[in-house]
Amino acid sequence: MSPKALDYDSLNENVKKCQYAVRGELYLRASELQKEGKKIIFTNVGNPHALGQKPLTFPRQVIALCQSPFLLDDPNVELMFPADAIERAKHYLAMTSGGLGAYSDSRGLPGIRKEIAEFIERRDGYPSDPELIFLTDGASKGVMQILNVIIRGQNDGILVPVPQYPLYSATISLLGGSLVPYYLDESANWGLDMNNLRDAVQQAAFRGVTVRAMVIINPGNPTGQCLSIANLKEIVQFCIRENIVLMADEVYQQNIYQDERPFISARKVLFDMGPQMSKQLQLVSFHTVSKGYWGECGQRGGYYEMTNIPPETVDEIYKVASISLSPNVPAQIFVSHRTFSGLMVNPPKPGDISYLKFEQESKGILESLRKRARMMTDGFNSCRNVVCNFTEGAMYSFPQIRLPPKAIEAAKKAGKHPDVFYCLKLLEATGISTVPGSGFGQKEGVFHLRTTILPAEEDMLAIMSSFKKFNEEFMAQYEDHQGYSRLCT
Amino acid sequence: MRRFVAERAERLITRIVSHSSSHSHSPSSSYSRYPFLASSQIQSLFLFSSSPSTSMGSSSESPHPVTLTNINPKVLECQYAVRGEIVTQAERLQEQLKRNPESLPFDEILYCNIGNPQSLGQQPITFFREVLALCDHPNLLDKSETGKLFSGDSIQRASQILSQIPGRATGAYSHSQGIKGLRETIAAGIEARDGFPANANDIFLTDGASPGVHMMMQLLLGSQQDGILCPIPQYPLYSASIALHGGTLVPYYLDEATGWGLEIAELKNQLETARSNGITVRALVVINPGNPTGQVLAEENQRQIVDFCKKEGLVLLADEVYQENVYVPDKEFHSFKKIARSMGYGEKDIHLVSFQSVSKGYYGECGKRGGYMEVTGFGSEVREQIYKVASVNLCSNITGQILASLIMSPPKVGDESYDAYCAERDGILSSLARRAKTLEAAFNNLEGVTCNKAEGAMYLFPRLHLPQKAIKAAEAEKVAPDAFYARRLLQETGIVVVPGSGFRQVPGTWHFRCTILPQEDKIPAIVDRLTNFHKKFMNEFRD
Repeated sequence: MSPKALDYDSLNENVKKCQYAVRGELYLRASELQKEGKKIIFTNVGNPHALGQKPLTFPRQVIALCQSPFLLDDPNVELMFPADAIERAKHYLAMTSGGLGAYSDSRGLPGIRKEIAEFIERRDGYPSDPELIFLTDGASKGVMQILNVIIRGQNDGILVPVPQYPLYSATISLLGGSLVPYYLDESANWGLDMNNLRDAVQQAAFRGVTVRAMVIINPGNPTGQCLSIANLKEIVQFCIRENIVLMADEVYQQNIYQDERPFISARKVLFDMGPQMSKQLQLVSFHTVSKGYWGECGQRGGYYEMTNIPPETVDEIYKVASISLSPNVPAQIFVSHRTFSGLMVNPPKPGDISYLKFEQESKGILESLRKRARMMTDGFNSCRNVVCNFTEGAMYSFPQIRLPPKAIEAAKKAGKHPDVFYCLKLLEATGISTVPGSGFGQKEGVFHLRTTILPAEEDMLAIMSSFKKFNEEFMAQYEDHQGYSRLCT
Repeated sequence: MRRFVAERAERLITRIVSHSSSHSHSPSSSYSRYPFLASSQIQSLFLFSSSPSTSMGSSSESPHPVTLTNINPKVLECQYAVRGEIVTQAERLQEQLKRNPESLPFDEILYCNIGNPQSLGQQPITFFREVLALCDHPNLLDKSETGKLFSGDSIQRASQILSQIPGRATGAYSHSQGIKGLRETIAAGIEARDGFPANANDIFLTDGASPGVHMMMQLLLGSQQDGILCPIPQYPLYSASIALHGGTLVPYYLDEATGWGLEIAELKNQLETARSNGITVRALVVINPGNPTGQVLAEENQRQIVDFCKKEGLVLLADEVYQENVYVPDKEFHSFKKIARSMGYGEKDIHLVSFQSVSKGYYGECGKRGGYMEVTGFGSEVREQIYKVASVNLCSNITGQILASLIMSPPKVGDESYDAYCAERDGILSSLARRAKTLEAAFNNLEGVTCNKAEGAMYLFPRLHLPQKAIKAAEAEKVAPDAFYARRLLQETGIVVVPGSGFRQVPGTWHFRCTILPQEDKIPAIVDRLTNFHKKFMNEFRD
């Protein structure tokens, strides 16, 4: 008998350790149920088009033309495409050397990086250097590239908010580093407590772990909070004092559902603090085409911008990027589109043929998301033993479920984490596919689930009442007596 | 837009110059890091030591948390010459040409360094692009005018593909392995190619073939004690990925004298040496057709390789991205899966991963970043781990996924686009075959140059028998002799090639890799320039 090449026991331990709940047990069970013919409402991943959101017309027209450049020579092309889409397609094709089918520079097409730099300058009021912008196949790839460069071994720690998006824990684990958690305060609307941060760094040092970088997700995933300017300032000062890199995950910058705290980039906050500070912080900011009113997840387009990273290090990052040859070119065009219209400054411009339609489509999407965020929060808060902060931004609702002791016991018996137990029951009863809070990390003994706010507006009431009905029955089954007070943490 | 490239290149070059005088670590090739080591010593560094030259500064000493002294040493360690120093220099010269066309002895830069066909004017296959455009903008399918612009079968195919995507949503993340319906199409394509069944559940769609290779390395390499057998010369993706994942590259040498033959005795020998040095060899990489070496493996040879892997318990990582690029009538591409199955070996007998890409073949769609790996022989436990790692990145890009399905199921006899498709495909492949032949003959005509036939893939890898005087001159400039030659070639002709040292080679031999991709009408001029340059070079350095 020949020896086995890939026994489970001999796999890379870091791979086995890594967890990725967004596509874990719940998702697999939901897929099975779907195959059996059950109607499943997938609210586990922020994937708007999968839930019926329509792509914006203009960018799709442009990309179709770039894909088939021979159409541009066809006399019939104007029957089907507006003139501004044709013009824009030519603009992008001229930036490439060899169209969509040729590898670009490993950092992305120079012309597109320049347009992104212009977008950043318009957004923040400070110039941006296209040489420090790297395009990636989605923001996740960018996060992996940067963490790969930072993490040398298990003594290197990365500060990550808890609850957090599992991309961070999974990648840190794959790379063999140490995740250093800092807890967001649920009772203060998922606020970031600076004392907590300092403690986390000290405790890490006590274990021999040097914190090298800090991740912030603003607006928060899964927690949906928007950071205030004051809070961002404290974070910048903290990172400078502790000599750590700030990684700003700002992929939800367009998804804001309240007016008190508009999005402000970590980069703008840094530069607003003056040249004394702004030269000191090493900052990497991430953005994507998957979120906002675009929701073009399937394109896998994104970028990161580096601030105060020394050129020798940038060259090393460039080398790592070049091993993957180049990010996919169609998505680079989407990224450029996105940044163009991020501020609605550039095409389609007022007066352009496609402008009105574009405005209607994009505004419509954001306004509807705002309504859905409110419906969902209110829906959860009307349920027994459920308490939920308002989704100020991003795409998720993260209610706390106060599980009765009997339910926790039943979960233990079933060999499940209590919130996994709850979410599985929810799935079986209603077809609503969520992600248990344990996949994002949460305080001990406290349980949550994450849903997206993406189901269609017209379905939202029905979904929330179906949830409410399930929750009532679940609580009735496992609660000994009425009148539990809600846990305030 | 090119201004930025130029400025960056200039900065880089100034820095390289100041670095080489100031003793530091930021080399652009392993040779500049160890300028005084013989390549055999470098080989052993590669094999048996970890991150040799990187001094780990403590982060508290540096003004910033991330500097060259405290980033991941594995990142410093890895090398990727295909986009290395010569290319940077080429970009600088291109800028110079634009600003001042008279300042150089040539009028354009000819990029023969990278397999990027469409950047050199190769046209995409029309049918594929029609389908992609329709999938990108499905509204077109509802319009009656569409029939005037698109072929009937492309409209049909696009509708069929969209119906396989849940919600017809090309802007949505898919299953982490890729859209199920597309994987089924690919499995059917593999089955048609091999005559043995393929399963959609074994297919993982990836952004180009490279991420698949990284995923497997991640899975297989837990520490420096884990080794991967790699051909030398090799495509540097493998050395770079192994270095990044902290494993050990165990080299096996292809035999240039027998047309880059792969000898089982050499495999055994290297395996035993590695094992006696405490390395657990986990897998064997085979690139067929070869990159950079262009050989197509004989069936018998493939059977020996399969038996070797089975006997030694190695995963066979089969890089088969050039499967459509075979240029000689006496050779044919056979997938390792077909070979293994035809030997009667099933799932339980051999662990096999086959990589395929949309970037090569006659399609050459590099910018789309599409590809897949077919993973067979792995238990469900291990496959779950692969699925999990794939999930962290959510999914590969949908355009690339669709294209991967199209290359595995192109138009068939009787389809409206079939004739046009065949004409485009055959036009590209036969032209590539002619270019390979012309360039091979040209190389063999040069004094002190020998070149094996490109039986397949997209490259020639001629050997340079350099005079001692040239080797000395290279040493004086602290570069590998073949890098010295490539640099001169670029400066005098504008032709960009990759020095053999970027792929590694038998110590003391020197090569370069040159793609066969420049458009055919440019080949005679390239041959002229190359021949004249080489004569001049030899006249200057002949011993």
